[in-house]
Amino acid sequence: MQMKEYKPLIVAFCCNWCSYAGADLAGNNRLNYPAEVKIIRVPCSCRVNPMFILRAFQRGADGVIICGCHPGDCHYTSGNYFTRRRMAALFSMLDFLGIEKERTRVEWVSAAEGAKFAATMNDFVEKVVSLGENKRLEDLRCKR
Amino acid sequence: MRKIVLEKIDLLFEAISNTMSLYLPVDQNDGKAAYTKWEEGKKWSEALNTVKSPKDFFFPQTEDMMEFKVEGKNIEVIDTRKASEDFVVFGVRACDVKAFDILDKVFLVDPCDSYYATKREHGIIVAVACNKPSETCFCSAFGIDAADPKADVSAWKTENELYLQANTEKGEKLLKALENVTEEATEEKVTEQKEQIAKIMKKLPLADLDTSKFGGGKTDEFFNSPEWEELSESCLGCGTCTFVCPTCQCYDIKDFNTGNGVIRYRCWDSCMYSDFTRMAHGNNRNSQKERFRQRFMHKLVYYPENNEGIFGCVGCGRCVSRCPISMNIVKVMKNLGGKENE
Amino acid sequence: MQKITKEMLIDKATELLNNGTVSLVLGWKKGEYDYDVTPGVFESVEELKKDFVFGDFSAANLSKYLVKKTEKLEGKILVFLKPCDTYSFNQLLTEHRFDREKVYAVGVQCDGMVDIEKVKKIAGDGILSVDCNGEDIVVKTLYNDDMTIAKADVLAERCANCKSKKHVAYDELLGESGEVIDSNRFDEVEKLEKMTADERFAFWQNELSKCIRCNACRDACPACTCEKCVFNNPNSGVENKSPANSFEEKLFHIIRAYHVAGRCTDCGECSRVCPQNIPLHLLNRKFIKDINEFYGEYQAGAEVGSRAPLVDYTLNDLEPGEVFDRGDENA
Repeated sequence: MQMKEYKPLIVAFCCNWCSYAGADLAGNNRLNYPAEVKIIRVPCSCRVNPMFILRAFQRGADGVIICGCHPGDCHYTSGNYFTRRRMAALFSMLDFLGIEKERTRVEWVSAAEGAKFAATMNDFVEKVVSLGENKRLEDLRCKR
Repeated sequence: MRKIVLEKIDLLFEAISNTMSLYLPVDQNDGKAAYTKWEEGKKWSEALNTVKSPKDFFFPQTEDMMEFKVEGKNIEVIDTRKASEDFVVFGVRACDVKAFDILDKVFLVDPCDSYYATKREHGIIVAVACNKPSETCFCSAFGIDAADPKADVSAWKTENELYLQANTEKGEKLLKALENVTEEATEEKVTEQKEQIAKIMKKLPLADLDTSKFGGGKTDEFFNSPEWEELSESCLGCGTCTFVCPTCQCYDIKDFNTGNGVIRYRCWDSCMYSDFTRMAHGNNRNSQKERFRQRFMHKLVYYPENNEGIFGCVGCGRCVSRCPISMNIVKVMKNLGGKENE
Repeated sequence: MQKITKEMLIDKATELLNNGTVSLVLGWKKGEYDYDVTPGVFESVEELKKDFVFGDFSAANLSKYLVKKTEKLEGKILVFLKPCDTYSFNQLLTEHRFDREKVYAVGVQCDGMVDIEKVKKIAGDGILSVDCNGEDIVVKTLYNDDMTIAKADVLAERCANCKSKKHVAYDELLGESGEVIDSNRFDEVEKLEKMTADERFAFWQNELSKCIRCNACRDACPACTCEKCVFNNPNSGVENKSPANSFEEKLFHIIRAYHVAGRCTDCGECSRVCPQNIPLHLLNRKFIKDINEFYGEYQAGAEVGSRAPLVDYTLNDLEPGEVFDRGDENA
């Protein structure tokens, strides 16, 4: 890897119905957000298994963000309510193991909130950059 | 024979680690000993033995074998073997020393396992006699003398001193390099210590464990024994016994996808696992009973059959004390060996 | 409080075998020493008389064995359950892992189990016998004089912090069933929570580095009853047989604890069976504590059929970002 300016790798899991469309809108509106954010489209935010998040870190992510419909607006009625509980439990556990809490986040972004999507990503990337490289959940084999 | 006062034992450790890495049992925060690299301040554990056996130094739990890098249509194969440097493993018990012989018979016969062989060449083993064997010890059943361990260097701990005796060329070289910190000694104290240990060995609860029923050629006799069913019924199928065992040598070779290449590595495997030696058609041992039987038949029948009657167990007692459900080779031997053993 | 002896259990089992209520008995078998008790199935009164044992080392939780043992069973199996085992029993029933009709459960009063490791720390190695008589245990060893140790000093961690003496499921009771205890079981978790993130990281890095990935924690866990574990499934992408590096160690233990979050009854088997003495129960207790704080008190297995918190929701749940902003946080 190059030793140039530190560029974080951010994985954003976006729900198909709201947040992915929100990202689309951000693009249509020519709103800037860092190119280091790699979006993975999922059918619903509750499709995100805790394993996905850990695996993203393993493969070199420095931050993982999950975006879904606002509570109450889930395309599948209740998916994001489950996401909310699952991620609360997982994030608290990661924190318990001493892994920086700023590296993980859940945000609710609707299809109409292109501006919020861009702002969220800018803010998240900034936080992760201030933390630096992910050392606590890294897999050195993947960095060779 | 050389000796050093125990008070000054750190000088010995320092002298060794000046030229090479020294590993010895050190107490961990949970009170259990584990082999640790010596550095200033590390104290040699009083514990009888470590939870994990020293086979890790020669046959690590995970070991990279090679690496593949993919660029375009090219695949580059990278040899990840590193040139090994000399190292000393200090404080190995007689049972674990014997375990190396058992591993050698697997890894050093043709085709020789070069990963294991390099480490074996560079490793110098200092064995120490057991002054206080545990109730779980049964090395004497396999003809091992806890009072007289035979490694590159044999050592005896008396009340105030540590006596050292070289048995091999490597051992002599090591002791020669340590002449500054050790002094010449006679054998009297050592003989005394040996006698004392021999007395304790006779008092151990498992001192009269009988192995004569087992050995090569007994497959038919034991394979279909009805006892296996009962012995294995509560086995959880975990890998504790195999992973703490100093003689278990099965491994699996796996590929790890790093995202920009592949690392081929080997790692310990356990015959207790449901996916052990899994093939295209599935596992050839479908029930926990079969898997359980495999482990003990291997130690008591198959291994001796292929290795001049030497058993694949050294009686270190690790599985006896660590098994989550307390089922172990001693119970197996007593059950299969008939009533006179009880 | 009367003392429950193994004879009382044998008599009960004999009675139930003889009157045809049950055809098998799931209990504990005596071992080589006084402390290495193995779970086992007994088919006859003779077997019971020969090997059955119950005492301060009958620690193994027998409820998970019911899944396998009732699979092809005709008739009923008798199982002896200590209070904490009954929670696992209920949880397995909630998840439809065995048929209640095939089991005759006898609740056994429990006075706490002894941890032989703790005994060895005090009395030394070379244990020849351990005699438990109520409050004290008498230990004979090869190297030291006979020693009397207060049982309270050598109780297993989970028993020292016992959460309940109440049997939540049984057909019949031997001895007394107590109450749910307001225990200190979360103290250790709180201590860790009060540390800085760096300290916590160092603590877990050190503990988890001892892992040899024997899977004993998973295989002994009554909540882990998947036919094929994700860590054994080559198609899952995370299957592995060894803790190849510190990431693998963390991945395994985070996910293991996560998969039983909300279903873990805190029976403590994971920590009991760990050959490396990793305090795995702390991970489970962290989830239990969080769930209690976020979504209201919940005890898995307290009743059959209750909905586990992580497969439930309310409209006003805490946001994931808010879990860090609670009072005790000081990172």
